Amino acid sequence: MSSSHHSHKETDILIEKQGFDDHFHEHHEGDKYQTNFLFKYIFSMDHKIIARQFLMTGIFWAIIGAAMSIIFRLQLGFPDESIAWLKPILGKWIIINDAGMGSLDPEFYYALVTMHGTIIVFFVLTAGLSGTFSNLLIPLQLGARDMASPFLNMLSYWFFFLSSVVMFYSLFLSTGPFSGGWTAYPPLSALPQASIGSGAGMTLWLVSLALFVVSVLLGGMNYITTVLNLRTKGMSLWRMPLTIWAFLVTAILALLSFPVLFSGFLLLIFDRSLGTSFYISDIFINGMALDRIGGSPILYQHIFWFLGHPEVYIIILPAMGLVSEVLSVHARKPIFGYRAMVYSILAIAFLSFIVWAHHMFMSGVNPFISNFFVVFTLIIAVPSAVKVFNWISTLYGGNIRLNTPMLFCIGFVSMFISGGLTGIFLGNSAIDIQQHDTYFVVAHFHIVMGVAAFFGMFAGVYHWFPKMFGRFMNETLGKVHFWITMIGAYAVFGPMHFLGMAGVPRRYYRFDSFEAFTGFDDMNKFITIAAIITFFAQIMFVVNFFWSMYKGRKVTNQNPWGATTLEWTTPIEAGHGNWPGKIPSVQRWAYDYGKDGIEFTQQHVPLREGEEHSSH
Amino acid sequence: MPIVQMFHKELPPDKIQAYKFALWIGMASIIMFFAAITSAYLVRKPVGNWYEFKLPVQFFYSTILIVLSSVFIENAYKSMKLGNENRYKLNIVFGTALGLAFIVMQIISWKVMVSTGLFIDLNVSVSFLYVISGFHALHVIGGLVVLLISLLNAFLIEFQPDPMRILKSNLVRQYWHFVGILWLYLLIFLILQ
Repeated sequence: MSSSHHSHKETDILIEKQGFDDHFHEHHEGDKYQTNFLFKYIFSMDHKIIARQFLMTGIFWAIIGAAMSIIFRLQLGFPDESIAWLKPILGKWIIINDAGMGSLDPEFYYALVTMHGTIIVFFVLTAGLSGTFSNLLIPLQLGARDMASPFLNMLSYWFFFLSSVVMFYSLFLSTGPFSGGWTAYPPLSALPQASIGSGAGMTLWLVSLALFVVSVLLGGMNYITTVLNLRTKGMSLWRMPLTIWAFLVTAILALLSFPVLFSGFLLLIFDRSLGTSFYISDIFINGMALDRIGGSPILYQHIFWFLGHPEVYIIILPAMGLVSEVLSVHARKPIFGYRAMVYSILAIAFLSFIVWAHHMFMSGVNPFISNFFVVFTLIIAVPSAVKVFNWISTLYGGNIRLNTPMLFCIGFVSMFISGGLTGIFLGNSAIDIQQHDTYFVVAHFHIVMGVAAFFGMFAGVYHWFPKMFGRFMNETLGKVHFWITMIGAYAVFGPMHFLGMAGVPRRYYRFDSFEAFTGFDDMNKFITIAAIITFFAQIMFVVNFFWSMYKGRKVTNQNPWGATTLEWTTPIEAGHGNWPGKIPSVQRWAYDYGKDGIEFTQQHVPLREGEEHSSH
Repeated sequence: MPIVQMFHKELPPDKIQAYKFALWIGMASIIMFFAAITSAYLVRKPVGNWYEFKLPVQFFYSTILIVLSSVFIENAYKSMKLGNENRYKLNIVFGTALGLAFIVMQIISWKVMVSTGLFIDLNVSVSFLYVISGFHALHVIGGLVVLLISLLNAFLIEFQPDPMRILKSNLVRQYWHFVGILWLYLLIFLILQ
């Protein structure tokens, strides 16, 4: 492998010779703000630092979100075991009876379920995933010095941080955090007196998510502008790596859908505090009729899912982009069907806006309108299948390196297929009559957008860790992490399909008063044990991550994986502005692997004599 | 000014200036916001329990104010491009003043509504009117803050119609026209409904 590498020197000389001179380093202001600790690491405007800030905050939230799921899984798997030992952490939410048996407060069970969803969907898989990798890779892979507006970029992180602080604070309220489900349907979300979490908990939830939307919009505006305006010389759209395509389309989705969610939240805030009735109608609380009439809770659902559905693609598209890139690098083959991959990203993005009501088949929407949404939902299978076939075809005949990032890519493809297939069941409004709000739904979305997106993220972290920290993560621990997570995730979510097909409803605190569901006790125990084991594998990942930051094997080669994209032409420890001299100009597409018998050719390398551009 | 911008000032001519582009994206998300609210209005109305009332006439007065204001801001931008300092100052003063007058007129409209018993929680139809005009006003206030800064700059900073200031003037102008057109859309929407 090393023989085909361009050495440091060769790359640098080539960039000096062919590169584009933007006179960056002639302006001494260029590096000024990196002079002290505060502005280098805290209020940094360097996209590489901001990426790491998003990642660290994402990891923090992932641990909390996952730990919450373990607590409610204990309740579901072992409802009759004492969890008094959790009292030091959860305090009054553990109720201890006269016999000394500790059980989870049912109200807090709902709060845990709600927070688990909110945290993982928004803070981990939106901010932690696309925040991290859009920031890291967009400027680096496009040959830009930084984002279009590093200042807005910094603000984007700090709004996320504020949002995180507010949400974190809400966990410690005496009335608990919001507990009405991550979708925050009215009336539980609209009436402060509806449940204990609907008061202060919900208020903070709304404040937090409003700040979060601001963060997403500032970030997205920056990502789109950077991709479309700051590409280096020669980097045409059709030469961009698929990661960048995915981040671009993700940002467009976010910019078009988050404002809609925001408007829905505003109406909710009005309902909560100004006595309006956008979403509330004819409602009794504790036997008392409220004087709120004329609202429609379905209206909220429409608005919520108009964001909510694109949101799942906001989560999965960056993962798809990362997987496409990492898969190709470690299969030592060009990605199969590059243009088809781009077109399917665009098709998925477009379709994501006209399928939202498939989340509402059972809410009383007109069945004729449902038909429309069924058809478009099922059509999403087409671009999704195109992508799956292309990933598999990329693997086919490849000179595969079965390292940790590659394992997670293959795991992603597996998860995406398994979870995608059950989507075809749920997207059908007739079958959904049986499956809706059951564990079948839980299994489906956890596999297809929860686990799969995490796998994409893991692939990205293991692959770009050398770029972020100049060291490798431990490979053995990485592989152990992969196998436990892969088997563990199927062990957790596989059996849930059976629960769901039997009609076991989601979000229930316990099932022993239902004769029909008593047969599932052992299955629930099994799921809980699998979840605990999988959780500890993630803790191992976190340990590996921080250990490797300081003690990992050092990167000695600028391009350790033998990849073609521009981020591997910067110095190992790249300063602000990314390239010490000129910025590389781009001469070819992003996937010249194995062409003319040469293992790989980086994007900044000019065509050899007699060589033609790869057709794609 | 963000550092990177300085270096990308000399972009190849086929590319759009990044600030301008970012502003357009911002406008797109604002459009989505109001599209959502007006769609919610359309979805909610046929369900019934909808109180019909007349729009206060002050909303039409404020429309005249914001359109006039846009004309002055357009002139201010042209004067900046032509390097005509006095005309620039004059136009920016009138444009900003009319923008402020628009907000004042909106506040008068809401006061008129309240005085005729149209409270925000009376009926969803009334709530929608407050939400639509209120959030539009917030976007106008955002633009007014920038206009006031331009106004201060016009009198405090030496008049130099260099590319950066022309660009800034253009950004202000585009956003201001945008909130003006947005108001026209919202008003026509409300009239048709």
